[in-house]
Amino acid sequence: MATFGSFALILALGLAAYNLLAGAFALRLIATGRSVAISPERLADTARRAGIASFYAVTGAAFALVYAALTNDFSMIYIMEHSNRALPLPYKFAALWSGQEGSLLLWAWLLATYGFILRLRHKTDVKLYAYAGTILAGIQVFFLALLNFAAPPFSLMRGAIPADGNGLNPLLQYPEMVIHPPMLYLGYVGFSVPFAFGLGALMMRYPGEKWIRITRVWTLVTWLFLSCGIFLGMHWAYAVLGWGGYWGWDPVENASFMPWLTGTAFLHSVMMQEKRGMMKSWNVWLIFSTFMLTLLGTLLTRAGLVSSVHAFAQSSIGMWFYVFMVIVLAVCIFTYILQRNHLKTDHHLESLVSRESSFLFNNLVLLTACFVILWGTLFPILSEYVQGSKVTVGAPFYNAVAVPIGLFLLFLTGVGPLLPWRAASMKAIKRNFVAPVIALWATVIACLAFGVVPWDNSGLQMGKFYALVGFALSAAVLAAILSEFYRGARVIGKQTGKNLVASTWLLTRRNTRRYGGYLVHIGLLIIIVGLCGSAFNRNVEKEVGLHDKMAVGPYVLECMGFSQDSNLNYDSEFAMMNVSRNGGTPFQMSPEKRVYHASQQPQTMVAIHSNPFWDLYVVYEGVNPGTGQPIIKAFLNPLVGWIWGGFVLLAFGTLVAIVPPLTPATASLRVAARQATAPEPAVHGGRG
Amino acid sequence: MKSLRSLSVWMKTTQVLLLGIAVCFSLGATDAGSRFTDLGHRLMCTCGCAQLLGECNHVGCPESDRMRGELRDDIAANMGDQQVLDAFAAKYGVTVLAAPEKHGFDLIAWIAPFAVFLAALLGTILLVRHWSVGKTQLAAQAAGNASPEMNAIHDKIRRETGGDGGF
Repeated sequence: MATFGSFALILALGLAAYNLLAGAFALRLIATGRSVAISPERLADTARRAGIASFYAVTGAAFALVYAALTNDFSMIYIMEHSNRALPLPYKFAALWSGQEGSLLLWAWLLATYGFILRLRHKTDVKLYAYAGTILAGIQVFFLALLNFAAPPFSLMRGAIPADGNGLNPLLQYPEMVIHPPMLYLGYVGFSVPFAFGLGALMMRYPGEKWIRITRVWTLVTWLFLSCGIFLGMHWAYAVLGWGGYWGWDPVENASFMPWLTGTAFLHSVMMQEKRGMMKSWNVWLIFSTFMLTLLGTLLTRAGLVSSVHAFAQSSIGMWFYVFMVIVLAVCIFTYILQRNHLKTDHHLESLVSRESSFLFNNLVLLTACFVILWGTLFPILSEYVQGSKVTVGAPFYNAVAVPIGLFLLFLTGVGPLLPWRAASMKAIKRNFVAPVIALWATVIACLAFGVVPWDNSGLQMGKFYALVGFALSAAVLAAILSEFYRGARVIGKQTGKNLVASTWLLTRRNTRRYGGYLVHIGLLIIIVGLCGSAFNRNVEKEVGLHDKMAVGPYVLECMGFSQDSNLNYDSEFAMMNVSRNGGTPFQMSPEKRVYHASQQPQTMVAIHSNPFWDLYVVYEGVNPGTGQPIIKAFLNPLVGWIWGGFVLLAFGTLVAIVPPLTPATASLRVAARQATAPEPAVHGGRG
Repeated sequence: MKSLRSLSVWMKTTQVLLLGIAVCFSLGATDAGSRFTDLGHRLMCTCGCAQLLGECNHVGCPESDRMRGELRDDIAANMGDQQVLDAFAAKYGVTVLAAPEKHGFDLIAWIAPFAVFLAALLGTILLVRHWSVGKTQLAAQAAGNASPEMNAIHDKIRRETGGDGGF
């Protein structure tokens, strides 16, 4: 299998290189109009076919690695280091991305898959797709060169083959870890596609804004994957790391968040290019930056530039990434300078108070947030360079700097949709802002009345103050969005005679993009409410003997004993806690600690009891060697479930935005089809 | 004009109200428990887990219990917050501080984000104002040259599209 895999990788590199060189040559011939022995169109088609073939070759290599993991082929160094015989089957599959070489192979395979789909759909716009396919092939060449020369996944053991492997990192032995990295990578890699289209469109001086419409679905799908990856990572951190939180501002978390922010900015600002032919240069640089930030994220993860909990896949391939990033940046700058007169704006902004302005400020805040995170992530390196000592830039820095910026962004999320394009009159502002302002102050008063106060004995708590502002702004933005739905649905209701719910449904289907976007915003608001809840977290830690009790919030936890278990993969210790809420019917929770045989590394398995108001989060911290009694830490984390619920809505809204709208043409076709099949007319007079 | 003035008065009133609330809330005493929590979240555990001292709870951590004990002792000895942080930094190095200090070179870490944000905000506002002034002059010129029929058509278009907020 190692030989097969290595050969497949070399073949894939050769095919991708052919796609790049032949594609670039053919496009040059087409651009200059020169003629050679072979027609440039045919040459470009052979390049496209080579790109398709490279997908099969990389798939063969990925299959070889997974097959080696499933069959315990410890003659391969990678399998020996990242798997063992007792590892459950799904985690053997996950070994593909648990180490440096495997995760690069996953990246290359996903890139080849995206390229495969793109090259199959080339008839949409042959020339633009040829440019995009060739640029994608350039990126493929880099990753395949890395896999062939810097981080080969099929290296063989020297000397005797061990009987068993080192096993998978315990942190990765969790169900979400089977899907979190691929999702994140689908997001990271996916941004290569809009980047390739953007750069290709600029290189060929693509007329009009059609390329944006072509890449819109690619960008949205990629953004959705990246969002899924980030949220699955948060949930994994929450359920596995056992510190009671879900986001630690770890450099690698930050690395995934930065392209998400610039990608979000791009998704908003392209609307201005589509609608009004504005911000063309800005959009091009946004997508360039997003792609380069995905590379930076991979560099941070892999090269060990900054200390991180994600240290399970580090090595010294940093120089390759530096060189590639410099090449990408040089190509982007060169192309931009050469073609910048193609990006002249059709219109300028006319008013500070308009939809366009709100998009501009939205972009500004998103990019500032991205800068803050990049600055915080890289400042330790800068500090070491200047002062000779590395400082830590942790949660207190981000909470103090990024949270106010985030709240301002939340404010813009509400304001933007209420403003009309071009310019807003004071009358329109007053009319649209009444409901949000009422909702804002009603929420502040309700929070204070129900005891959600931003102070305690020691004075004002900034975290709680920000949370209160977050709740209030979320309510205001929700009111703004719901009023948008209501206004639109009321008009449709008047036109069609449908009730409010049916009108809202029809409204959403008629403009999936706009109302899908609003659903994403509502999802985001729910997430923000959940995040604000963390300001009110409580925890208690106690060493508990048999029938000892500890209380946190309305819950009382009673230790009913602790026990041990063992299987082929790990030994475990766990406590059995009876939990009752306000003296009600008790239920059981069993927080656990595992020690994996192969790696001899410990791992917590948190017990979580969720309801819409809070999570009871119980951690087994181990046994006090002095007394032999377990130490339990219990957290009461308010509103955590809202984060996961909000994410589901965000994902749903994105899917709605991807679905094509119900245009009058498709609607009439559907009505005709329904009439043809229905036993009685489905559309009555005056309706539909 | 009158509407703009009334909006400005409302905004100023809201600002004063919020400032007043914030000042009222900030008056209060500090106790040892909340200082321990606060300082525990301004220090890092030094075992390499990259967690805040107040949150580090991973099994068998060789550092956090001892460090938390030292923190309790320092608070009990009536040391000020900055003294406690300085003592930890002197003993464990500056990496024990969870955020850069607010003096010397590290101050740049705090200033840069806000400076960039304000510069970008100011730049954007000036740019939009510049564009909108140019646009208004052009529109005025165009309006002066347009025929009454054309103005009527423009008004109709503005009425029909001005309130539209579609993406």
